[in-house]
Amino acid sequence: MDISAVYSAGRLLIGVKGELDQHRARQIKAQAEEQMDVFLPKECALDLSGLRFMDSSGIAVILALRKRMEELGGRLILVNIPQQPMRVLEAAGIERLVPIGVRIGEEAAQ
Amino acid sequence: MNGENVVKIEFPSRSSNEAYARAAAAAFAAQLDPTMDELGDIRTAVSEAVTNCIVHAYPDEIGPIYLRLRILSGNVLEISVKDHGRGIEDIAKAREPLFTTGGEERSGMGFTIMESFTDTLRVRSRPGKGTTVTMQRKIRSRGGRS
Repeated sequence: MDISAVYSAGRLLIGVKGELDQHRARQIKAQAEEQMDVFLPKECALDLSGLRFMDSSGIAVILALRKRMEELGGRLILVNIPQQPMRVLEAAGIERLVPIGVRIGEEAAQ
Repeated sequence: MNGENVVKIEFPSRSSNEAYARAAAAAFAAQLDPTMDELGDIRTAVSEAVTNCIVHAYPDEIGPIYLRLRILSGNVLEISVKDHGRGIEDIAKAREPLFTTGGEERSGMGFTIMESFTDTLRVRSRPGKGTTVTMQRKIRSRGGRS
């Protein structure tokens, strides 16, 4: 598994670790969508604290997961975004499209 | 740094080489003593350019990618990424934010990110012949470095 997933009370927390580029994007997206389909959460928080690198392939993944959550009647938020992915999100203007949540404890994503 | 330093790397357009290409660029750029943000920007710009080669230049085959890294006077890093792939018909269109021919798996933000993370971006392409993307980024002197 390239991701970690914890579900509790309508909220799915998905942790992504390592580097999110075109090489890993398809697998990470598929695994995250699978967890969404299993738990049907009202909210999915994508925890990026373990992400060492992300490029525009990650933006495509985030937009696809946002769309999937909307199809499920829920919403996607991003939490714990490291500096390098944040700069990519800002350059792409994505922070206007996907809400960024307050910092949450790392224990949930482990 | 005095004088010019340059490295040239050739590798096949396999997606597993994306991580290698950006790590190589970051390692070369380290001699300019960049900040963490600058290093991140360089890794990102290289990753976008190399990914374009893999996804768009060679969509149905594995072909060579040429990465050239140069240090120019004034603490400028030049990154050149070249391929012999299918080329870009309409460069202006390709550079538009959100435009992509890559379907849902691509965001169409590659060139936008390269542009915002570098000082200059030049694209030369001939359909059927290949594409060269050349970027320059000035590395600011870090204050208080030892």
